[in-house]
Amino acid sequence: MTEIGFHSLCKKFKKTSVIDDLNLTIENREFFTFVGPSGCGKSTILNMVAGLESITSGMITFDGHSIDGLPPGERDIAMVFQSYALYPHMTVRENLAFPLSVRKVPSADRQREVEKIAALLALTPFLSRLPRELSGGQRQRVALGRALIRKPKVFLMDEPLSNLDAKLRIEMRTELKRLHREFPVTTIYVTHDQEEAMALSDRIALLHEGALRQCGPPQEVYAAPANLFSAGFIGSPPMNFIEGTLLLDLPFLASRLAEYRNQPFIAGIRPTDLRITGEKRENTLSGRVLFLETTGETTWIDLEWRGNRIRGKTGPVRRTARDETAYFTIPPEKLHLFDKSSGERLW
Amino acid sequence: MKRLVFAALLMLVSLYCLGPFLWQGLTSLKTAADLTRLPPLLPHPPTLEHYRSIFAGHPLLRIIANSFIVATASTVLALSIGSLAAFALAKLPVPGKGAVLLLVLSTSMFPPIATVSPLYLLIRAAGLRDSPVSLILTYTSFTLPLTLWVLTHFFRNIPDELYRAARIDGCTPWQSFTRIMLPLAAPGIFATAILVFIFSWNEFLFALTFTSTTASRTIPVGIALFPGLHEIPWGEIAAASVVVTLPLLFLVFFFQRRIIEGLTAGAVKG
Amino acid sequence: MTHRKGKEGAFLFLAPALLILAGITLYPLLHVFRLSLHRRLLIFDISRFVGPENYLYLLGDTRFRNALGNTIYFTVLSVLLELLFGLAIALLLNRHFRGKGLMRTIILIPWAIPTVVSARMWEWLYNPDFGLLNHLLGFRINWLGSPFLALNAAVAMDVWKTTPFVALLLTAGLQTIPRDLYGAARIDGAGPWTLFRKITLPLLMPVILVVLLFRTLDAFRVFDAVYVLTGGGPANSTETLSIYAYKILFQTLQFGYGSAISVMVFLCVGLFTLLFIPLLRRRKV
Repeated sequence: MTEIGFHSLCKKFKKTSVIDDLNLTIENREFFTFVGPSGCGKSTILNMVAGLESITSGMITFDGHSIDGLPPGERDIAMVFQSYALYPHMTVRENLAFPLSVRKVPSADRQREVEKIAALLALTPFLSRLPRELSGGQRQRVALGRALIRKPKVFLMDEPLSNLDAKLRIEMRTELKRLHREFPVTTIYVTHDQEEAMALSDRIALLHEGALRQCGPPQEVYAAPANLFSAGFIGSPPMNFIEGTLLLDLPFLASRLAEYRNQPFIAGIRPTDLRITGEKRENTLSGRVLFLETTGETTWIDLEWRGNRIRGKTGPVRRTARDETAYFTIPPEKLHLFDKSSGERLW
Repeated sequence: MKRLVFAALLMLVSLYCLGPFLWQGLTSLKTAADLTRLPPLLPHPPTLEHYRSIFAGHPLLRIIANSFIVATASTVLALSIGSLAAFALAKLPVPGKGAVLLLVLSTSMFPPIATVSPLYLLIRAAGLRDSPVSLILTYTSFTLPLTLWVLTHFFRNIPDELYRAARIDGCTPWQSFTRIMLPLAAPGIFATAILVFIFSWNEFLFALTFTSTTASRTIPVGIALFPGLHEIPWGEIAAASVVVTLPLLFLVFFFQRRIIEGLTAGAVKG
Repeated sequence: MTHRKGKEGAFLFLAPALLILAGITLYPLLHVFRLSLHRRLLIFDISRFVGPENYLYLLGDTRFRNALGNTIYFTVLSVLLELLFGLAIALLLNRHFRGKGLMRTIILIPWAIPTVVSARMWEWLYNPDFGLLNHLLGFRINWLGSPFLALNAAVAMDVWKTTPFVALLLTAGLQTIPRDLYGAARIDGAGPWTLFRKITLPLLMPVILVVLLFRTLDAFRVFDAVYVLTGGGPANSTETLSIYAYKILFQTLQFGYGSAISVMVFLCVGLFTLLFIPLLRRRKV
């Protein structure tokens, strides 16, 4: 039941700035994700919340109270690590009970809590095994259990799914959602995988080079990326970018773009919004097919169009081949426009 | 053919390594008359006379006991102090960590002869001459660089995330050291302990300088200053050599893997 | 704002080790420098500051020069032989065979035997009348009685005692070389000698250098091996710097001059290390 506040938070290693003036509030019970490429500072934020790394300046608050100076063990947080960080010399039971035993919870209560958590996570048959005797997914669940058992105020998760194989990762996503519904605890999640961030979160925060680039519900960030970084990072395959001046002579777009006539800009269109058709129609543009990639239900086509390489989507049936001409449309309402120099969204 | 050459080479190496000690073993079983006669190579008849004589006529047991006390105490001290420091160097934020490690390592290069004279004066002033305490403290200090170096290497191999997890689960740094780090570093600590024990068991220069009677004399000094009235008592020296080497052979035989792990840790991976 | 608990009490963990090192290793080292600038005779309770007098005396001391020469000879020859034999044994052991563990145990034995014990073992082997060595050779050679032979006899003993350590480190080094490299090179048509020269040797070089440093420092300060074997004789022909320093310090009780010799040992070792470190660094890249 905790609201987390970041107030002008800065972190420097030696002279390099890792986090630069972060201001943000994470709501009570929210599932909040920091997402960004590696080195963007997201893990540093998590470690500062955990108390594992010092703050250079600024403040982190839980429910309005600064937590600066509190050792990690007194912050009432729990953390799940990428490598799970299970204690290799303890059995599953001992691992689960460890946070309670450090806090001197009586043995009987400890026992009861362990049984409860183990049942919840389907770990009961494995209680006397050592971590090395478990599968990846089972280890992951032990790590979650060890975090849950104490009923912490805040949950921190540092790329908890990235050591799992693709299939298991999707399963665990669902599991995480379920757990968050059952234990609605404020959760900070860190990942470099934008799809995972979108699937799990109430809100996501995009980080790049230590700065917050955009923050909001996943659909909102997807629908209206605030800047070029956001637009390029969220969505798969990534958005096509086309330099603005090229578009001015397209009659059906000219009217929308007219007001930026004297401004250099970049237009973005998601591959899923670019409709490719076999034949020429009204308002279609044409390009040379460079490359085809099929994933089953969709086929992605890379086209060369006026010196740009752009990607678009067609149905499962491949209607075209390399070096042929393909026709496509750009629905004006799906177009995103960004200022070329600042990268900020125009509309 | 190739395998024969290989086997022959292995035999040669084994003979080279074991030969001198085997010869010492044979010597220890020879009668006084056989000692000054070659051939025969083998003792005939073998006799335990020299073994009887070193335990009856010499304070050998006392000397062995001294060595056990000194080596065990040094090992315990060096390992407790060393594992604390190695843990801090491997897992805690220590300003100038690299410099500390380098300083520690460089002290291991100090030649013992360079520190023996001031240490002697110190020990004399403290009234610790001819006391095992002087040797225990000296050995602890002299084996600390090795201990720190090897243990830091072992602690570094434990993932950082385990330390962080322990802290979040509520441990103080001290608790995470005792409850998580120490049990996980146990193999490394054991390997290092054997090395420190062997060093302390074998050290000669300080032992020669700081001890003067059998009250504190350790094995190397005892063997080096083995008393003989007119001529060197080769048979008894051989018997004593065999006796004092047996504990080491025992360690090597059972913990060969651990010893090699300790010896090579840090040196090979950098 | 600094984090109050940021250091995690690291200093408390380090303190005992640093205290012991400072008190029992660093302080004596500084003190020995001070002693070396004094004329200090323990028997007469004399202690007088004489500045660099002891060092000036060192310059003209032929016994010091002799000890320095012996030490360098001992160091160069023994380290060289240990590296060669060690490498040979390491290459021999660098394959899978039954009894490898036993073999490593056997090799460890000379390393584990106390130096003093091995010195006495070799003294017996070298015995001119009843020694095994002369018996096997069929000659009567007074190994430890001739100035030329005695120093080489000491080298031979040290090589026997320390080659295992070198071999084990090099074996560990060999194990870090990926097997694939040999496969790839063999496909490229390399023979065993080329494999050794172009792959084994360069990739093993960092470990060889570390071993070289360890062993050189150790050999240069040799004391017990030679002291017990020959006592420095005959005619000071095996007297190394450490033995000379020890005799001056504890047999004649001239603490000032003895300390000056000790300082010289330290300076030689330090200088060698400083010259060696850039080599280690470059190899690591």
